Order: sequence, then C-alpha cells, then structure tokens
Amino acid sequence: EEEEEEEEEGWHQLYPGHIPTSLLQKALLAAGSAVMALCDPYRHDMVAVLGETTGCLALPNLRDKMKNHPEGYRILQERPRIRLSTLDMARLQGLPDGSLGREYIRFLEDNKVSPDTRMPPKFVDDEELAYVIQRYREVHDLMHTLLGMPTNMLGEVVVKWFEAVQTGLPMCVLGAAFGPVRLSTRKLQVLATELVPWAIRSGLNASCVLNVYYEQRWEQPVESLREELGIFPPP
Amino acid sequence: RALLARPAGALRALRALAAGPEMHFGFQTVTEEERREKIYQVFESVAKKYDVMNDSMTLGIHRVWKDILVHKMNPSPGTLLLDVAGGTGDIAFRFINYVRSIRERQLQRKLKHHQNLSWQEIFESYQKDKFNSLGDSQVVVCDINREMLKVGKQKAQHLGYTEGLSWVLGNAEELPFDDDMFDVYTIAFGIRNVTRIDLALQEAYRVLKPGGRFLCLEFSHVSNPLLSRLYDLYSFQVIPVLGEVIAGDWKSYQYLVESIRRFPPQEELKAMIEDAGFFKVDYENLNFGIVAIHSGFKL
Repeated sequence: EEEEEEEEEGWHQLYPGHIPTSLLQKALLAAGSAVMALCDPYRHDMVAVLGETTGCLALPNLRDKMKNHPEGYRILQERPRIRLSTLDMARLQGLPDGSLGREYIRFLEDNKVSPDTRMPPKFVDDEELAYVIQRYREVHDLMHTLLGMPTNMLGEVVVKWFEAVQTGLPMCVLGAAFGPVRLSTRKLQVLATELVPWAIRSGLNASCVLNVYYEQRWEQPVESLREELGIFPPP
Repeated sequence: RALLARPAGALRALRALAAGPEMHFGFQTVTEEERREKIYQVFESVAKKYDVMNDSMTLGIHRVWKDILVHKMNPSPGTLLLDVAGGTGDIAFRFINYVRSIRERQLQRKLKHHQNLSWQEIFESYQKDKFNSLGDSQVVVCDINREMLKVGKQKAQHLGYTEGLSWVLGNAEELPFDDDMFDVYTIAFGIRNVTRIDLALQEAYRVLKPGGRFLCLEFSHVSNPLLSRLYDLYSFQVIPVLGEVIAGDWKSYQYLVESIRRFPPQEELKAMIEDAGFFKVDYENLNFGIVAIHSGFKL
C-alpha cells in the first residue's frame, strides 16, 4: 500500500535533511529542476537538486576515487566541513599573499560570497555519497580560487567546464553546456577560444580535486598547489 | 486503515502525559501544540506561492470547485458571509463577484420599471443605488495565519476589491465574533488543517444566525478503486515534486498530501457536523470524491 510505503520511507532517513524518494520522483525532480534552473537562474536550489538526482553514477565514481587515494581516504574518514564557523578567518587573512588561505579569503571578499550558502543534500540515498556531494559543493569556491575565476556568469561557466571534466556529474555537464546561453557574443568568443580549452585541458590533466585536504594546505602557495595538481596557469 | 501503529516506548508515553494528547500531522504523530505550530509554519512558508501551487497541483480545477461552492451558496445582496481559513481570498472574491452581478441585474430590472420617469428622476435613483453596488453584502475573511492574510490583502488591492471586505486574524476553534452574526459560514480547504475539528464546527454553529448555512469545501475520499490508485500515485509521486520545484518546499506539500489521507471521509464528517447541532446536513461529491461540499443549517 502506498501509504505504508510512505510511512516506512519516513523512517529511512539516512542523514539529517534526507528526503527518501522513489525512482519516479527522482526522474520527475530531475526534469523539473532542470527546466526550473534554466527558466529562473536564481534558483540555485534547483541546480543542487538536479545534481543530486542525476549523480547516481558519477557520485559513486568520485567516492571510489577518493577511497583509493591516501588524502581522499582521510577526507572520507574525517569528513571536514568548510564553514565560516570552522575557518579561522583571522589566521587565514594573516597568511602571505599567494598562499591558498589568503587568496581564498580574498576571493570570498571580492565576490562577496560565503561558504555557508551551500545547500545541504536532500535526495541522495546514501549517507557517504551525500557527504561527497556536500564536499564537492563546499570545495567549489576553492576551485574558483585555483582557477582564478570570478563568480560572474563567465567565470562560473569556466569552472563548470573544469568540474564537468573532473567529476563527470551530469549537472556540471548540463551547466557547462547551457550556461553560455546567457552570455554576450564577445564573451562567448573568449570562452570558446581560450577559456574552455584551457579548462578542459587542465581538468583532464589534473588529479582529482576532491582528493586534496585543503584545510591542511592553507599555507601552501596557490601556484605550487596548481603545479602539484596539474592545473595549467590561467590565460 | 490502521496507520500509525507506532510502538509507544516509555519515554514517548511520559512525553505524551506531559504534553497532552497525541495527534497526527500528516503521517507523523505529534502533540496538539506541536501540530498547531507545524501547520502554522507550513502555511507561513507556502503563503506566497499558494495560488501558483494550487493551479499547478489541480491543473486549475480548484477554481471550478470554488465556483461551484459559491453557486451552491447562491448568496443574495445583503448576505453577510464569514469565510474561515479564507487566507488568500479566493472564496471572498467570488462571493463579491456573484453578489455584484446579481445586484446589477436587480438594478437593470429596476431601471426597466422606471421607463415612465423623467431623466432627472432616473438619474437620481441610479445615483442612489450606484453607491450600493454590493447591496450591503459583506464578507469577513478570517484566517489564523498572518502571512496568508497578507497575501490575501495584497491580492485584493491588486484586483481592485475594496468594499464589502474585511480581514480578521482569528482561530477557527475560537472565533473572535459574537453569537448569531452571520448568514453563511464557509471554510474552503481549511478544516483539514484545524486541530480540533469539533470545536471549529461548534464555533461555526455559534456565530451563524438562526437559518444560517454552513458550507465546507474539502478534499475527501475516493471510493472508486482504480481512480483511488491513480489519485494516490499522483498525490504521492507528483505533488511533493511540484512543491520542491515550484516552491522549493517538499515537506509542506508532503504534509498536504498526507493530511488529505488522514481527514475523515464524507459520512464521518457529515456525522461530526450533525453533532455540532446542524440540521439537513448533506454532501455533494465533486470529481468522484476527490473533493466534497458539505452543507448544514442552523435552525
């Protein structure tokens, strides 16, 4: 009986905020969120939902990459979270220019963003995968820092291309493909000729960005981290 | 349909003793106070997207249901209506439109009778009646939720409804009105969210004039088995998704769907209305029982 199923599903909450969903519901959510995200670009929650409902192949893949890497494995064990409450802002601001910590803070200030605005996952039906997607979201700002891209439409699209190649998440692929729709021709040209090829090359060349324990590398210079990962210098 | 067969642990029992009787919130079990609060929060959160969601979920059919309710009411000019849980004003606006059109027809008929009068006399009589386009009809919209009332007032302004309309913050279980005041009492898609339905019905009886009519429009039970399964499928699979995509709020719409299942079916509600003292209690199914209109009279 449908009702009893519903009742049981309520008891299968795997993590706070988890909403168990049937396959049909996930399909409807994926379709609905994709349309809504295109219609109303301010609906960041729809992008998040799209990522969760379509990530069933990419997320386990990412999790396995993390498991098989020493640093990634530690991240999965320790489950660090990047939040204003956990970051020591004063210390990071005091770090030398060019260091990851200093440049990350600079990025947050310049673009007036905060790591606390990331949506917690709702529709991922595995507790560990829910963490993986949460980690991906929280590391997104660090991607901006590493790639040197601002949070305007152009910068976001470039980061999406990089993330699409790196993670294989369908949401990134869709975002990378449809994001440019709202850009001017001049920007599209720059995007197509310089930025996207660079993002793709870097994405392919670099090792998995989720395997980096960023919280333990605040002092490391951004340049050195780029080299270590295999991200080519931005154009 | 014995739902909520939850094993009551010792802790839960203690909690229940302290906090009052256990009730349902959708398919969850909560105390009376918790239920009121949760429901308040649901409507606070959905208020702005309430109308959009109603249109999406029912594919616009809710408008027809509400039209039918007001037609059944068949109010004449001079009627005093209390619309409880009237939030965004749907019933109130329809009432005003209905009464206005009846009034216009009355005036036209009057004019026809005045064909022997001079232009001056016709003009004067027309002026006199013009200021009474509603014929002294009035509707009081009462809702427990501030956000819903806010949306309703904004809509009224936007659509140009100015006269014959009042907005009151109040609880259906304890109405801020005197006895024997209203000609008609309506509650459309609201009684399901009331925590003590029996109290709301008693209050409805109290504030109605003798001869007054009680009308309730609410989701009810579908007896046809095939239709019932389709309806369940749609309710549980599609509606929460619509809630998430359109309003960014899965949980409120999950509650909505569950609360419909928990609500008493047609005959049971009829009995409850009779218990409150109403006579000639009857109901009409719309769309095979997806929705039902219950009616009763205070004699």
